[in-house]
Amino acid sequence: MKNNENNENNQWGEPISSGTQVVGPYFGAYGGAFIPEILYSTIEELKEEFHKAKNDPAFWEEYKALMSNYSCRPTPLTYAERLTEHFKGAKIFIKREDLNHTGAHKANNVMGQGLLVKRMGKTRVIAETGAGQHGVATATMAARFGFDCTIYMGEVDVKRQRPNVFWMERLGATVVAVKEGTRILKDAINEAMRDWVSNMDSTHYVLGTACGPHPFPEMVSYFQSIIGIEARKQILQQHGALPARVYACVGGGSNAMGIFSGFFDDPVELVGVEAGGYGLSTGQHASRLSSNDSSIGVAQGYKTYFLQNHEGQMKETHSVSAGLDYVGVSPILANFKETGRVRFEAATDKEVIEALTLSIKKEGLIPALESAHAFVQAFKEAPELSADKAIIINQSGRGDKDIFTVADAYADPAWREFIIAKAEEYHE
Amino acid sequence: MNKTKVTEYIENQLKKKKILLMTHIVCGYPDFETSYRIVEEMVKAGVDMMELQIPFSEPIADGPVILHANQKSLESGTTVKDCLDFARKVTSDFEIPFLFMSYYNILFKAGVDTFVKEMASRGLQGAIVPDLPPEEGSKYLSCMDEKGLSPVFIFTPNTSFERMKYIANLARGFVYCVARKGVTGLDTSFSDKLETYLQQCREAVQLPIALGFGVKDKSDVNFLIGKADIAIVGTQSIRVVEQQGLKALGPFIAGLRD
Repeated sequence: MKNNENNENNQWGEPISSGTQVVGPYFGAYGGAFIPEILYSTIEELKEEFHKAKNDPAFWEEYKALMSNYSCRPTPLTYAERLTEHFKGAKIFIKREDLNHTGAHKANNVMGQGLLVKRMGKTRVIAETGAGQHGVATATMAARFGFDCTIYMGEVDVKRQRPNVFWMERLGATVVAVKEGTRILKDAINEAMRDWVSNMDSTHYVLGTACGPHPFPEMVSYFQSIIGIEARKQILQQHGALPARVYACVGGGSNAMGIFSGFFDDPVELVGVEAGGYGLSTGQHASRLSSNDSSIGVAQGYKTYFLQNHEGQMKETHSVSAGLDYVGVSPILANFKETGRVRFEAATDKEVIEALTLSIKKEGLIPALESAHAFVQAFKEAPELSADKAIIINQSGRGDKDIFTVADAYADPAWREFIIAKAEEYHE
Repeated sequence: MNKTKVTEYIENQLKKKKILLMTHIVCGYPDFETSYRIVEEMVKAGVDMMELQIPFSEPIADGPVILHANQKSLESGTTVKDCLDFARKVTSDFEIPFLFMSYYNILFKAGVDTFVKEMASRGLQGAIVPDLPPEEGSKYLSCMDEKGLSPVFIFTPNTSFERMKYIANLARGFVYCVARKGVTGLDTSFSDKLETYLQQCREAVQLPIALGFGVKDKSDVNFLIGKADIAIVGTQSIRVVEQQGLKALGPFIAGLRD
């Protein structure tokens, strides 16, 4: 807790320790802004507005008030007593980002960017989405603020996550199924960029994760840092000490940046868990920082580790969770990999379903498949730690959206029957 | 600043022609044999310069037609090395200058200095890298300068005059003026507003200026005479080949100018 006093005296009166570590455009060798010239002035405007907001204490207060009145913040930190008993090791605490309005940490970022959009006087928002959580969150924010909204989503993901598409459309968003490339998250980002270079005057691109050109990694981390600020306070209250380790899943990296932000300056081990897919040895995964299959590159506006071939073409990735199925990773986390501040691991699809099963049975918690990756690694390590230690898992989202994928993974016969009956009903 | 070969070439051609024509192909689309024949047809029809695009999996500045061509080329197995070999062939067989167009990751992965050396050894004269702003490109700029190649930079209607002058200082060969917002291949309105923009571009830079994005037919090219030095026809020639076949390409290109 070496910087604790400083932390308590920062500009928002919050114990945040992230401020000095997540200032772009570069994080070590990673980050930057590799953007087409047409976006230069738009990005400049965004940077200026964001920095004005960041330096305005009233803005953070406005943001916090919005999040507490509209999105259940602060979200609880739940002591998982039965899981703790099960593993007979460290006390397991779970940060409940699943209780945000729209069911995931994505709300933090979109509501924050929504406030910026209002400040910039723009009237339309666009976003990419993988699992659909960020899309639903953005569509919700647009409805709340009265913005027009278009969501880009890979065709493969549209198929995997129809319930989220349904809700985005009900919320008034236009959902565009992207048929280019591998038809997943990265292709949705490309398509959103193409919209943005056409409509930047009226439109803000609500990038959903701590990736993309500067200032997005810094800005998204800033809004998500509310998770870590709360979690640090809560663990000190409930456990009386800092946690030994904090676990978060890593797709683009926004929920990980969020919860890690509370602990950067503390003697707390930070563990990011990526999608191991069918296993790292199969090559079919989305592990950028925990495998040797990635290399440094520049795409989608920023420099980081990408899963790409030796000539720089992006590879196909695989994960059971659409939200982690991405070729790049936050440049801030790439830098923390290099400095050793964050340890990166991978969880396979199979392990994820097992961890999900256990947390449902033991705690009545249904983490999203994405979040369940963090549970896998925490479950592996909890028994190594003594009972006086605590660990925190970030449950970044809720898993009921994944009912189709999860039911398939369980090969539940009654579910199958239900779907067939439902389909027949529609055929008639 | 010494004039690069590209600038000298453009200035010489402008003594003979009112406006020059630069076209664009995606290497290996639909295959390398056809790519070669497209180049051949274009050169025969009087094209003054050409962009050879190395396909990339994430071409964020390209619209549907060129995006599709990028994907198809990659799916058929096109590699960067294939594109370099192809460049060697066309630069030896045809007299006009050829430039590479691609995204920065292609250069970055090869190593910027290695890539620039490869370009020079294959007779290419410049490059257009739309996702590499000058702020991020100091190594690229020095490597290109060392080999006498032209790093072509971009002006847009959103670029302030002050920034145009900053970019003009670093640009070589010519400046690529994007006609409008958006991606390649969509319609552009050829209007007074475009003329004012081109005047501003002209004022900001001494190099020749080229206008691209949405240039489709003779009336567009005619509009640009006296306002720009080079008309860039990208997507439309790909469309012509896709819709009417290779035979239609020569007449299309020849018909763009009187």
